[in-house]
Amino acid sequence: MNQPHPDTLPAALTRAVPVSTLPVHAGPDGPYGSRLLHGWFATGGPAGLAEHLGRYGQAPLPDGKRPSMPLIHAVEEAGLTGRGGAAFPTGRKLRSVAERRGPAVVVVNGMESEPASQKDESLLHLAPHLVLDGSALAAAAVGAAAVHLCLPRSRADQVRALLAAVEERGRAGIDRLPVQVHVLPHHYVSSEETSLVRWLNGGEARPMATPPRPFEKGVDGRPTLVDNVETLAHLALIARYGPAWFRSAGRPDAPGTTLVTVSGAVRSPGVHEIPLGTPVGAVLELSGGPSWPLAAVLVGGFFGSWLPADQAVRVPFSKAELAAAGAGPGAGVLVALPHGACGLTETARVLDYLAAQSARQCGPCRFGLPAVAEDFRLLAGGRPDGGLMDRLRRRVGLLPGRGACRHPDGASRLAATALATFADDVRHHERLGPCPGATGRPVIPVPGGPGPEQEGWR
Amino acid sequence: MTPRSSRTSRTAGHLLGIDRVACDGRGLCAELLPELVELDEWGYPVIHDARVPAELLTHARRAVAACPVLALRLDRARA
Ligand SMILES: Cc1cc2nc3c(=O)[nH]c(=O)nc-3n(C[C@H](O)[C@H](O)[C@H](O)COP(=O)(O)O)c2cc1C
Ligand code: SF4
Ligand code: SF4
Repeated sequence: MNQPHPDTLPAALTRAVPVSTLPVHAGPDGPYGSRLLHGWFATGGPAGLAEHLGRYGQAPLPDGKRPSMPLIHAVEEAGLTGRGGAAFPTGRKLRSVAERRGPAVVVVNGMESEPASQKDESLLHLAPHLVLDGSALAAAAVGAAAVHLCLPRSRADQVRALLAAVEERGRAGIDRLPVQVHVLPHHYVSSEETSLVRWLNGGEARPMATPPRPFEKGVDGRPTLVDNVETLAHLALIARYGPAWFRSAGRPDAPGTTLVTVSGAVRSPGVHEIPLGTPVGAVLELSGGPSWPLAAVLVGGFFGSWLPADQAVRVPFSKAELAAAGAGPGAGVLVALPHGACGLTETARVLDYLAAQSARQCGPCRFGLPAVAEDFRLLAGGRPDGGLMDRLRRRVGLLPGRGACRHPDGASRLAATALATFADDVRHHERLGPCPGATGRPVIPVPGGPGPEQEGWR
Repeated sequence: MTPRSSRTSRTAGHLLGIDRVACDGRGLCAELLPELVELDEWGYPVIHDARVPAELLTHARRAVAACPVLALRLDRARA
């Protein structure tokens, strides 16, 4: 690709919406608005330390062991939100950890348990040093005495690459704190923040009841910041180029770029970096556009929401506008469901998986989830009667807010939005039973293989 | 599930909380505090509104004390 070097393009030339009066530094805006994936557009491969330093320079680490308020201010001003699922304001999280007494701990969440997501894997592969810079900067911001990077056991190559990257940084002497790399069991809930804390404290990677939340009492009893790898990579750029630069992409209420993973009925599935607020339809176009007329889009992931395709394509990808449509950004997942595929069968398969992934600690999740999954299987595969539908709706309604973690909430959301979006299919099943789509090839990538009951939690 | 009659008198004072990991679903709380706690089909508590009205505070305290696994608690609501 023969692109002008993106560092030479002033941000103001490539962006339309100046929203802050702060000085705008020229940041790494690459082709198609890429920031985190800029290096990939430049070279087509992973960026080693030398290339990384050549592109971005050293991370501007603040001095001293005390929390660094200017950096926290910058993140607040930038309006960065977490990219791990909940889209919580990162600056507020940094602040609540920094304001607690004593040295803190930073946990970097690289687990990516969402099966329909590949963005964290891609980011760690292509730009590991952005994530490690962000980790070091977050540690400095909150006054941390330890940094732990959590990676899934199922990705051995990634673990090797990150260990090598950490070692290279150690030799170059660019980190104040060595990043400790940990390898955890890869289950859907083993990546939840309290699971990470519990595992790092020597226990099983299963969620814990809160309070206390990790920011109050986490690893070694210390105030603990848990952040997603992509969140920290954005932080690394905000620290260098400032909040105004960050806000020069995206929209005032949804600033910056975000990574998305697009799969299903699109011509070239994959990971993209988009300005927040990009309409879902335009994101699908980045993936080559629909390969078949679409019926619906799953937005967010296995914890996400089904939206009818005609509605989904118009919705801007931002927390507020997705919420207004009954969805959320989740882990940045979009799965395009083609006409002819069965949304009920797809949902039943995902619910089965989520039920098997329960940590089986809380009654409502342990019993409620398998019951909902079973009801959904009966609905998808047969001719449900009014009794089944009433029971299913009641059980779905009783899942949210009744687990130690939000696993049942996510599953409930998936089930409820499926019932709404595929209401015509439900009626069809009630009158005539399933259509041929129910036995077609699956669209959503639901992992098979052994689950937590076989593999364990330690 | 019938709506509870006492909803109007709920104050911002106390919230009923459950440690869902500890709770083993015997449902003692629903017996002692039926105004606030129902049980699902597996015997696990359902709390439709966690705010505890002033007139139920004593009952709520009793239920908290009676939970055999210390799963039930009263939290002060934040203003
Ligand atoms: C069941 C469950 C699974 C989760 N899995 C992940 C994950 O794989 N990666 C991740 O970054 N966050 C995951 N989260 C969110 C984390 O608990 C935590 O909120 C997040 O890592 C915080 O980072 P952020 O603020 O940068 O988004 C999960 C949450 C739940 C409830
Ligand atoms: S809600 Fe489910 S997944 Fe979450 S801690 Fe309880 S049993 Fe485990
Ligand atoms: S009394 Fe305690 S253990 Fe029993 S159902 Fe109520 S909260 Fe759960």
